Amino acid sequence: MIEFQAVTKRFPDGTTAVDELSLSVEEGTITVFVGPSGCGKTTSLRMVNRMVEPSSGTILVGGEDIRTPHPAVLRRGIGYVIQQAGLFPHRNLLDNIATVPLLSGWTRAKARARAGELLELVGLPAELGKRYPAQLSGGQQQRVGVARALAADPPVLLMDEPFSAVDPVVREGLQDELLRLQDELDKTVVFVTHDIDEAVRIGEKVAVFRTGGLLAQYGSPADVLRDPADDFVANFVGKDRGYRGLSFLDSTGLTLSQVPTVTIGAPVEATGSEWVLALNEQRQPRGWRSPGSAPSAALREGDLHAGGSLHGHGSSLRGALDAALSSPAGQGVVVDDTGAYLGVVSAETVLEVINRGSAG
Amino acid sequence: MLGDLISWFGDGANWRGSGGIPAQLLAHVEFTLISLLIAAAIAIPLGLFVGHSGRGGVLLVGASNAIRSLPTLGLVTFLFLLISGAEAAAIIGLVVLAIPPILAGTYAGVSEADRVVVDAAVGMGMTGRQRLWQVEVPVALPLIMGGIRNAVLQLVATVAVAAYVGLDGLGRFLLDGLKILDYSAVAGGALLTALLAVLLDLVFALLSRIVVPQGLRVAARGAAAGGTHP
Ligand SMILES: Nc1ncnc2c1ncn2[C@@H]1O[C@H](COP(=O)(O)OP(=O)(O)OP(=O)(O)O)[C@@H](O)[C@H]1O
Ligand SMILES: [Mg+2]
Repeated sequence: MIEFQAVTKRFPDGTTAVDELSLSVEEGTITVFVGPSGCGKTTSLRMVNRMVEPSSGTILVGGEDIRTPHPAVLRRGIGYVIQQAGLFPHRNLLDNIATVPLLSGWTRAKARARAGELLELVGLPAELGKRYPAQLSGGQQQRVGVARALAADPPVLLMDEPFSAVDPVVREGLQDELLRLQDELDKTVVFVTHDIDEAVRIGEKVAVFRTGGLLAQYGSPADVLRDPADDFVANFVGKDRGYRGLSFLDSTGLTLSQVPTVTIGAPVEATGSEWVLALNEQRQPRGWRSPGSAPSAALREGDLHAGGSLHGHGSSLRGALDAALSSPAGQGVVVDDTGAYLGVVSAETVLEVINRGSAG
Repeated sequence: MLGDLISWFGDGANWRGSGGIPAQLLAHVEFTLISLLIAAAIAIPLGLFVGHSGRGGVLLVGASNAIRSLPTLGLVTFLFLLISGAEAAAIIGLVVLAIPPILAGTYAGVSEADRVVVDAAVGMGMTGRQRLWQVEVPVALPLIMGGIRNAVLQLVATVAVAAYVGLDGLGRFLLDGLKILDYSAVAGGALLTALLAVLLDLVFALLSRIVVPQGLRVAARGAAAGGTHP
């Protein structure tokens, strides 16, 4: 959908911001450009809508050379979201969102109506439409920025660190929102960030840039984390990349083991050298009996060791590892949708799956 | 003194005829507004062009400062001798005087428009002209209006001084009163000039409230209250 063909950008002062970039962004995916500061992510992105002109090379969008249409016309067909939102301070939210439709010659009524729909789509109440940007929080401004970029329904969306100016909690909400929107809209999104966690969280494809505007690696997040192309990438994705990798690999492929179980309220024998898991009537885990516990006529919840976090079967491997590490028995408890006991996993099992990469 | 002033205002003769208070007040307002209009017609387009294109900014600031340092009365006198017409000389002088504040306000308003916002405007697909009229001008309006208000205050004061070359206006009371040592006329003229300045400033403040987009006033209030994010 977006094709960089040996694209180079050299600024007049001699800085090579992007060096022979060849990369093809697939239609309908979120592709993340990630890398340290100054490595040419923004420059690469801005060349797509001709905010920056390449020094050499060709960029195609939808098969067409971007130099063919007039730059203004090209830009109206490409959504653009920037870090500080860049909303027009003198226009209310509806008019901000209606900008591109109006530039493209829609009637005012149609553009307004569309703006109202988009406000709702990005999760803002319709009453906010008459407000001005200065009356919004940073997170709300970013939502409006996304709505404005989507207004004319462009097939391509360019996003330059759109969420990095908001606090981490709001950021996570915005990322979820973007993923939900993308499920619905199926845009070709290029998303720039310097945060590898964000890249892994939202990207279907990740392009890691290195300083000097060189593409270091391009692949799925799992590939990049599991199999960094070189030391630079390995370093950039972090020493704890194995752990990071867990958050997006699903755990359906985990092999569960079984431990002995007892039921609360029932008579129990003394435990041997093993931890025993205590369940309630609904077979939901309530805690552990430690090795060497005394027998009892009716097991009481108060006699148990509190269990660790539970891991819902099939959810992320990160949850499975958390469960294993937080369990007093060294075994993470895996439950089904109703919270009933299915089996246990050890931290070793989880890590083995990561290393094999077979659970993804 | 105060008694003299009151009786000067109370004297019906001072209110009648072509040299009376209403006539001079009107003349004063006329000269002020005509000069303002001409100055704005020159300074605003020039400021918009330079601010929008980013070309000639240094030259413009230098020229403005040079003009600002000219002694206005000297300029008017010089022009008077040159053209030997009080009104034309005075108006040219007044226009020259009023251009720098309007030019400075317009240029600053456009060139200091938030770069992120201007960048977004380009990225949305606005042409240069659309960006100028839909974003840069509206966002610059508070500073443009500020420049105009400055110019008005300077004009009202300088029109009074231009009575020196024979111009009509409230300055007549000052100058003619001084000649015949009629101090109540001098004080009356000064008072009227000051009142006119205050009144016109109020009018332009009101105008400013009308033309400056509400979103910008909201933003300014938010910034004054210590944050843009309520
Ligand atoms: N207009 C310009 N003139 C000269 N050099 C520039 C210009 N814009 C960017 N550069 C340089 O080009 C290189 C790449 O810049 P770019 O903004 O693309 O980096 P980035 O990866 O987006 O960084 P960040 O994460 O800090 O936003 C940097 O060395 C930068 O200093
Ligand atoms: Mg950048």
